[in-house]
Amino acid sequence: MSIPLFLQYLFSGITSGSIYAIIAIGFNIIYNTTGIINFVQGEFAMLGGMTAISFSRFMPLPAAIACAVAVTAITGGLLEFIFIRPLRNPTVIQMIIVTIGLSILIREFALHIWDEKVHSLPYFTGNEISSIRVFGAYLSPQVLWVLGICAFLVIGLGLFFAHTAAGRAMRACSADSIGATLCGINTRNMVTMSFMISASIGALAGCVVSPITQTTYDCGMPLAVKGFTVAIIGGLGNSTGAVAAGLLLGIVEAFCVAVMPMAYRDVVVIAILLMALSFKPSGLFGNSASHALKEF
Amino acid sequence: MAASIIAIQVATTMTGSEFLLTQLIMAAWYSLVVVGLCLLMGYAGQISLGHAAFFAIGGYTTAVLSTVNLLPLKNALPLKMLASLGLTKGGTDPWGCEVLHLSPWISLLAAVTASAIVAYGIGIPILRLKGHYLAMATLGVGIITYRIALGTPLLGAADGLSDVPPFPFFAGLALDGTRAHRLFSYYFSWSIVLIVMLLLVNLIGSQAGRALRAIHGNEAAAQAMGVDTARYKLHLFALSAIIAAIAGVFMTHYSGGIGPAETSVMKSVRYVAIVAVGGMANVWGALIAGTILNFLSLRGFFGTYDDAVFGAVLIVMMLFAPNGMVMRKKS
Amino acid sequence: MRRCRESDHNELDVDAFVMLTVKKGKDLLYSDKYPPRQGEYMLKFRKIPALVIGAVFVLTFGVAFILAATAPPDPIKIGAIFAVSGPASNLGSPEANTAVMLVNRINAKGGIKGHKVILLLRDSGSDPQKAMSLAKQLIEEEKVFAIIGPSTSGESLKIKQLCNDEHTILISCAAAEGITNPVAQYVFSTAQKDAMAVRKIFETMKALNLSRIAIASSNTGFGKAGKTQLEKLAPEFGIEILADEVYEKEATDLTGLLTKIKAANVQAVVNWSIEPAQAILAKNMRQIGLALPLFQSHGFANIRYAKAGGAAAEGILFPSGCLIVAEALQKDNPQKAVLMEFKKEYQAEYKEDASTFGGHVYDALMLLSQAIETAPDLDKEQVRSALENIKGYVGIGGTFTLSPTDHNGLDINAFSMQTVKGGKFVPYTGK
Repeated sequence: MSIPLFLQYLFSGITSGSIYAIIAIGFNIIYNTTGIINFVQGEFAMLGGMTAISFSRFMPLPAAIACAVAVTAITGGLLEFIFIRPLRNPTVIQMIIVTIGLSILIREFALHIWDEKVHSLPYFTGNEISSIRVFGAYLSPQVLWVLGICAFLVIGLGLFFAHTAAGRAMRACSADSIGATLCGINTRNMVTMSFMISASIGALAGCVVSPITQTTYDCGMPLAVKGFTVAIIGGLGNSTGAVAAGLLLGIVEAFCVAVMPMAYRDVVVIAILLMALSFKPSGLFGNSASHALKEF
Repeated sequence: MAASIIAIQVATTMTGSEFLLTQLIMAAWYSLVVVGLCLLMGYAGQISLGHAAFFAIGGYTTAVLSTVNLLPLKNALPLKMLASLGLTKGGTDPWGCEVLHLSPWISLLAAVTASAIVAYGIGIPILRLKGHYLAMATLGVGIITYRIALGTPLLGAADGLSDVPPFPFFAGLALDGTRAHRLFSYYFSWSIVLIVMLLLVNLIGSQAGRALRAIHGNEAAAQAMGVDTARYKLHLFALSAIIAAIAGVFMTHYSGGIGPAETSVMKSVRYVAIVAVGGMANVWGALIAGTILNFLSLRGFFGTYDDAVFGAVLIVMMLFAPNGMVMRKKS
Repeated sequence: MRRCRESDHNELDVDAFVMLTVKKGKDLLYSDKYPPRQGEYMLKFRKIPALVIGAVFVLTFGVAFILAATAPPDPIKIGAIFAVSGPASNLGSPEANTAVMLVNRINAKGGIKGHKVILLLRDSGSDPQKAMSLAKQLIEEEKVFAIIGPSTSGESLKIKQLCNDEHTILISCAAAEGITNPVAQYVFSTAQKDAMAVRKIFETMKALNLSRIAIASSNTGFGKAGKTQLEKLAPEFGIEILADEVYEKEATDLTGLLTKIKAANVQAVVNWSIEPAQAILAKNMRQIGLALPLFQSHGFANIRYAKAGGAAAEGILFPSGCLIVAEALQKDNPQKAVLMEFKKEYQAEYKEDASTFGGHVYDALMLLSQAIETAPDLDKEQVRSALENIKGYVGIGGTFTLSPTDHNGLDINAFSMQTVKGGKFVPYTGK
């Protein structure tokens, strides 16, 4: 394989990997605060994309994205308030079922609010055919946007959780919710806030990947599945791990295409997930001790 | 229960609405899957988001084995043995070429074996996982099956397999979709359901069942009492897989075909939704809920909101009736 | 409960009785507080279902009686199964819209031969099992005269046998070869065959001297059908397929696949899928610097897909019926009038572009109504023979000439090559 070809596969892997990574980051917030894997995360991305597309018809792009993120954040908070809060001592199965049910409902609503057609946001810089040439291989500038926003989110979240009062409060909730309540932290509000943050991250992710992947009413589910595959492989709760795992998985996928029919690419990915779950459930970059302490 | 089955059939004949039996038959097969899943989710507390995979393994195995043309291998020893037992069928296909198929009885056996192998094979590593990880793993199993079904030309890729022959019984009766055999299909399908229910009720009442309920109540305590939780969970997983596979086999022969849509995530989610409605640990509830919801869905009662209804059902159930709608006698 | 007063004694009784019964009913269903006593249990279950069944009986007979008495002549019931929701909704949604629009128009003009048309629209969600169940319902319960649809090949193949056995005319809107070959007496299709689209593409390739190509298809029934035809017909035109890949329909990025194709050193790429993969593939091709001619399937024939591809869609070549370039047709083109009328009507009604899939439904309904007009009686067998003898009918998809051995009626002239120029569809003239 020549160097440009190898690099092209690599870039292709980074393109899809970055998409997975940015979706995976959103899972970790809610997981960290509540221990729930939120199946609605994919729908947040879809909502963010679709709302931004609607807004962009009469607003400049940055404003449209900002509004979409805000709307989705509010939606996320409302969902938590109406559907998750009332649950008393939910079992794992109940949580999973509720979030799956919510994701289905949101998808159907999206179908009826918008339509079944495919939409996309315009490219942030350049257009559909612009590309950057690196050592004989090509990359679309949108991918750099995705990677950039990934980095921004990871760093931003790190700072948020380490240095702000709200962030520390959320970490307290995830470590020990009873202890946190004793310290005067309103754990239920923290849960709502974590949903809102997760929703806005999801929405931003959906907006930035929209030019690459196109957005339809049912694009949420495949994104979600890939997203939490990556989150689990990277270690649940670990944002940097999620990004690393995402890029890794994307690259593995791309090189799989080189050697086998593309139809079986997903089989390989899921097989990796199953092996990871069987042998190292705490993820490649996770800490098995802290993983054992988690309730779920 | 037998009485109500007969009563419904007679009622439909009297009102000239025998077409309702069609949807009831299909609902019976789907409900079988649900009952098996209920056993797994309720009594062993294991969530399975990929149970449609087992339905599909059963269905596809029988579809492939009963439609693949074995004429070139006509003189191989195993085939000759099967032929002498009357388990192969010759004939011509729509284009007039001669073909040789396996009898559906063999493919039924093969389907059950295949699903058992897969269930045990996957179950051993997966059932050690808990909570979300188990959910993800089962989801992964469902997705792998979907991708394999979708990507393999032998399995018909996106179009699935059609022209699956009817399932023959004695005296010219057969399980298929034609009107002539509908009455027979109806009684056959519900008899199978009845038999399985009887088996399960016996299982639940037996010592194995008590062990399972102990596991569901509190796994650590059950283990402390000496119950081999891993083994029980594994056997239960395999049992529910086999039930789903059997349902898949009969459904495939009834409809004359199967497609990758039967392995999709949405189908698995539906099964879980129905178990939730019926009550996690209540096989009768699961059966009733399964019959009603599948019947309505197949008749297009929910129109374009079909998926939305199941999603709403999931949410409403969890919020208001986490233990299901049909309560069981507390024993 | 209120205290009993002489004047409202009866009222109170009823109230209390109702409350007690409801409470008792709830208890019966949900707990063992009231174990069933002999008579009580039986009574509960017999009364209500009997009442319900009785009511349904009366209603059904009543309605049927009234209908029979007040509606001469009998309306024609046409069933329609489309994938309005689910993965193939971009097919089913415009198809359903077209059906409704056309039936309204037919009825406004007095129906077919004076018979009003009743359209029974059902959504199959692209699920073949559901399509089967709905088809059985339509045939047995509603006793429809004919069924239009389904939208996808998988569903159509599943119900083909059923409709044929039940002697119900089925006019499918899907393009699979297996629907009309082998010919089943009662089964027709108005969609142009994939084989013809492929031939058109290969003809063009030959004219451009392209002989080494790569095929990319999606893992749907549509993609698979196209792939099969491409592989089958390539040797006939002397075309070599050097790369042949299937991708999943919800693929978000196809650069890996295209890198593999780049390495295969081909002269052109053929993509057989529907959106969004069409646009994604086109964009990715340009983004990784693969400057080769790109041929798409006839599924590309909607201006929105060209817009989705943006600058990357320039120069894409694809075969299609003439609907999308109707304005550019010559005035004496026989199809022009029908096409323009359909476009105008659909645009006015639904505020979106008319779609070729809607065109299949249009043709199906018009062919059916023409057959009913020419058949002596409203009898399924007679209409069926009339249908299979229609010659030279000018429709949206092309000019139909059916025969007992050809239940599709379109030939390769139903297709012409188009390309994208300046974001618009223009006929491809070979330059």
